[in-house]
Amino acid sequence: MKPLLDVKRLGVRFPTRTGTIEAVRGISFTLGRERLGIVGESGSGKSQTGRAIMGLTPANAEVSADRLEFDGIDLMKAPPRLRRDLRGKRIAMILQDPKYSLNPVMTIGRQIVEALRAHEAVGKAQARERALAMLEAVQIRDVNRVYDLYPHEVSGGMGQRAMIAMMLIAGPQLLIADEPTSALDVTVQLDILRILDRLVGESGMGLIFISHDLRLVSSFCDRVIVMYAGKIVEELPAAELARARHPYTRGLLDCMPRIGEQRHPLPVLDRKPEWAL
Amino acid sequence: MTAALAIDGLGVVYDHYHVLKGVSLRIEPGESYGLVGESGSGKSTLLRAIAGLAPVSAGTITVDGETLGPRRDKAFHRKVQMVFQDPYGSLHPRQTVDRLLLEPLAIHGFANAEERIVRALDEVGLGSGFRFRYPHQLSGGQRQRVAIARALILEPSILLLDEPTSALDASVQAEVLNLLEEVRRTRSLTFLMVSHDLAIITHLCGRLMVMHNGAEVETLDAASLAAGHVTQDYSRRLLAASAGFVRTAEPAAGPTAGRFASAGQRSI
Repeated sequence: MKPLLDVKRLGVRFPTRTGTIEAVRGISFTLGRERLGIVGESGSGKSQTGRAIMGLTPANAEVSADRLEFDGIDLMKAPPRLRRDLRGKRIAMILQDPKYSLNPVMTIGRQIVEALRAHEAVGKAQARERALAMLEAVQIRDVNRVYDLYPHEVSGGMGQRAMIAMMLIAGPQLLIADEPTSALDVTVQLDILRILDRLVGESGMGLIFISHDLRLVSSFCDRVIVMYAGKIVEELPAAELARARHPYTRGLLDCMPRIGEQRHPLPVLDRKPEWAL
Repeated sequence: MTAALAIDGLGVVYDHYHVLKGVSLRIEPGESYGLVGESGSGKSTLLRAIAGLAPVSAGTITVDGETLGPRRDKAFHRKVQMVFQDPYGSLHPRQTVDRLLLEPLAIHGFANAEERIVRALDEVGLGSGFRFRYPHQLSGGQRQRVAIARALILEPSILLLDEPTSALDASVQAEVLNLLEEVRRTRSLTFLMVSHDLAIITHLCGRLMVMHNGAEVETLDAASLAAGHVTQDYSRRLLAASAGFVRTAEPAAGPTAGRFASAGQRSI
């Protein structure tokens, strides 16, 4: 079976006055209908990878790839028109902080309806019904009230649920979640993950889960890619994370304090220049 | 023995909204005390109230046996310093590191500023090479080190830490936690630290208070928390949440939308 997403030697470069910054340097992976985690620190290129697939790379950057195929469509050659159609309809993205990614002057309901009607010819009444059903699917109680609220009137967890509802309403086949829970409380974090997990599982979409939290990702995803300095340093099934071999992956796992463990001082990452080669 | 910091029935009200509802705690000299809770639980407000940055409506705050008035004086700030969450927001963007560190020294009339600045930078592992840089020329971890240096330069005895590592990467977080632990040991400081991460609190603190909705849920020591000896449901939930995502075989309860309802639940 052909994979949903096929990436081969993807690169993202930012030309600046002082030289070119290579954010992503020739990474390759494929994604089926599964949950793939991409983990790395700030600046490792994980978010730029997601944005390049989505087609949201800033205009001043250069994207190159030997292959970037989504469901048989060559994204590198696709005209802007086609990419616009794909974006939101078949490939969707959830961003980190609902405070910044929702439109502050539009009610939540209207934003979801707008997202739906941009991709499907749906009547107003029917669009409202679908939006309400979707809000229910992300476990918002009292959907009629939330529908008419503005983003500043809801909590972070509620905003992120609305964001997920908006992204899933057009029924995408690929969902890219870029740190979807980092701005949320631990208890809310798990609620959001549970919702994502259920919806992704039920609709059989492919999920790319981008995060800096290696342990969270491994408890949620099927497979994990670890990035360092724009490259993939290790790829492994999430269940085998404990058997990670690359010193960077091991370091990331070790340096976090754990409840019930006494390690003083904590081991810190000893970055080797050869990791970035 | 007098407590380094004692709080009795502290209340904070913003426009009729009770953020803190009578919280009491007692921290011995040299102790490291943690406050855990979700956003809105009032943990940061408690810290800000001690520093004089929140309107106190009830209760008393006592530092080294002295009850604080409505205004904080210079002597208070010599003794108590704070490190804020966001190293991007807490350093003046137009001031060099040197200028940032000089300011508290100038305010408190310290002599040999030069020597103190160099020493403070060394202590937080930056070295004097960073002295004339601007905050935008530093990484997040380096900025937080500067913020810690600024707090330590007055040689306080109590450090208030408001989520000092939550804006940092995991590997940088470990470095900053190690640094905090080291300065606490060498200077026998008293810590009051706020975090939403139970693992960090149990790593750094001996005792902690779980907060929810502006009130105490329970106070326990780190060892009994690690052993799972919590008595309240809310603490248990926090503890479960910090263990990470657990996939349940049963579909989560709750309404499902039509288009997703028929498909089967995937489980591992």
